[in-house]
Amino acid sequence: MEKPERKWTMVIDIDKCTGCAACVVACHAENNVPIVTDQEVVRGRGQHWIRIERYWSGEYPHIKAHFLPILCQHCENAPCEPVCPAYATVHSDRENLNLQIYNRCIGTRYCGNNCPYKVRFFNYFDPNFVEPQDQQLNPDVTVRSAGVMEKCTFCVQRIRRAEEKALAEGRPLRDGEVMPACVQTCPTGALVFGDLYNPESQLAKQLESDSRKFRLMEHLGTLPSVYYLKGGTSRVSE
Amino acid sequence: MSANEVEYPVWRRPMQEEEDLEEQAEHLRRRHLLLDPKFPWAMNDDALKPMYQTGLSFWVVVVALSGLVLMGAVTWARQIYWGLGITGLNRPIYWGLFLVNTVYFIGIGHAGTFISAALRVLKIEWRRPISRAAETITLFGLGAAGLSILMHLGRVWKFYWLLPYPNQRQLWPNFHSPLMWDFMAILTYMTGSTLFIYLGLLPDLAMARDHSVGWRHRLYSILAIGWRGTEKEWAFHKTSLDIFSYVIIPVMFSVHTIVSWDFAMSIQPGWNSTIFGPYFIVGALFSGVAAVIIVMAIIRKSMRLEYFLRREHFDGMAKFLLILSFTWTYFYFSDYIVPWYNGEPVMQVVFDLLRRGWAAPLWFLMLFANIVLPVATLWSRRVRNNTVALVVVCIFIQIGMYLERYFIVPVFLGYNELPFSWGVYIPRAGVLLTIASLAMVVLLYMLFSRVVPLIPVWEILEGQIFQGLKRIGRALLPARSEPH
Repeated sequence: MEKPERKWTMVIDIDKCTGCAACVVACHAENNVPIVTDQEVVRGRGQHWIRIERYWSGEYPHIKAHFLPILCQHCENAPCEPVCPAYATVHSDRENLNLQIYNRCIGTRYCGNNCPYKVRFFNYFDPNFVEPQDQQLNPDVTVRSAGVMEKCTFCVQRIRRAEEKALAEGRPLRDGEVMPACVQTCPTGALVFGDLYNPESQLAKQLESDSRKFRLMEHLGTLPSVYYLKGGTSRVSE
Repeated sequence: MSANEVEYPVWRRPMQEEEDLEEQAEHLRRRHLLLDPKFPWAMNDDALKPMYQTGLSFWVVVVALSGLVLMGAVTWARQIYWGLGITGLNRPIYWGLFLVNTVYFIGIGHAGTFISAALRVLKIEWRRPISRAAETITLFGLGAAGLSILMHLGRVWKFYWLLPYPNQRQLWPNFHSPLMWDFMAILTYMTGSTLFIYLGLLPDLAMARDHSVGWRHRLYSILAIGWRGTEKEWAFHKTSLDIFSYVIIPVMFSVHTIVSWDFAMSIQPGWNSTIFGPYFIVGALFSGVAAVIIVMAIIRKSMRLEYFLRREHFDGMAKFLLILSFTWTYFYFSDYIVPWYNGEPVMQVVFDLLRRGWAAPLWFLMLFANIVLPVATLWSRRVRNNTVALVVVCIFIQIGMYLERYFIVPVFLGYNELPFSWGVYIPRAGVLLTIASLAMVVLLYMLFSRVVPLIPVWEILEGQIFQGLKRIGRALLPARSEPH
């Protein structure tokens, strides 16, 4: 296999994350992620392509909250891909993205079981966008019907749009031109997105120099494309 | 020999007189079906009569079961219309009762082929009257398993995307996916076992054709495809059945191994076990043999097949069940102790849940039903010869094996390496569909039993021809002459 052109990668600085969940809201708005009812959340069907996992450490009153934003890790060696019988989840060799093809999905939900990060979501019902949410759906993103899996795409529609723009202007893609909704929204700049194969990108430079980096559940060998940064004081376990 | 007379071993008894030998022969005749020959026409009558004589209770049960199946159909239609949300599935637990049912129904479908093919290959003679009743369970068990997979799909109307069919977009299914293998394996096994049961049925269908009138005659004429029972036909029949028996055994083993790979190939803690293949096969045979015993007991009573199904058959099956209980225990223990010793944190949580958590009563019930009860009872001839006691044990085994699959699918699935995403599964619409699936299997079995003779008459006649008695010293012993 040829070396991919790009490797879209995200860096999440846990030390900077305040757990404000702005990324979650931005993601819902950008990607037409259904907003399920409270009853459905109680049943364990909360649907957020990026979520903030909150862990506590210490004894009351010296208690500390730690936040761990988790989204699809876009694994290079993704466990969700080989198990799909219909090729609904496939790897893009060109840019190392883990793609989900909604209209190829028949809903076996095997990918969801085999995802160690549990970032794949099943549409148990048809989405219901109540007024005025139905007025702000993103026309670039499919609204998924009941019975299919969905997950974070690294805002692939934004990647495509930036690529097309660069192509039209006859220039290479610039660093920082592609920005997923969560990265754009993060008020503390905890999320950085870029091409790891571009040595000039902010992300590549940051990853090269930072000794705090780790990837989630590296022992599974999934080779995620999301790197986390954490210092000594932040005790979110890997 | 009177009942209160002390029964000495054969070698301590005085030399037998001719009458004694006759008594002995009578005793053996009562015990063994193959030593108790009947005229073929009488046996045909015995096998065909229950097909025609259908009591009121039969139809009451049929109507009740049809009601349950109808309820299932409505529930499924609702599920297709609204989405899988009406089941209790949630985020970490994407697979629930439907997959439990799939594994369970394939499991009970395993004994049929095993009894019929493996025991045929091994020339175990007491299998003869049981084989078709067991194969029929395979047929409908597999049907229900296939249906459960379809119920499980989010967009069932696209199920044919699992098949490699030619299409204009040149899209293929993903042959890397264990679910793909699973679907193929079930289809193969279903095709194979349907042909296998049909092959064994041919002579009996011809027999039924010759003894029926009206629509039955027309139906059997078509199904019997002109079987006349010539020497040549019997020779071909025997050869093809022999080939089929050998071929279907590896298929049977592969099917449940592949079903287990749906779990074992994943990286879910508790599923990624290397011994799941053989462990599932043993579990399948265990629950399958227990199911066959239950069915045998029911049809013996309800269809008045006391002549065909005797103590020796229940005894043989119960002994087999005991061995399978030991084997299952061994595999369960092996599968338990390795992750326990390994100390993987997630598995410790799961084991705590089983030993002390909400699942503890169910877990101990499973251990009781699958290990304690069979091992404590089936060694005793009195239990093995008591149909009611045996059926109770077998029902417990069904419950135990269902629970085992339940623990593997929705319970293990709730626990992964990120504690934030743990979950508990509360089944909802799946329960109705489970009941309906079970009702469907029973209903189809009942209707099938009125259309097709459940007792393979030709097999028994064949067995009786080759079975005889031989006098060795003081004792009469059953002896079998080898055909060909």
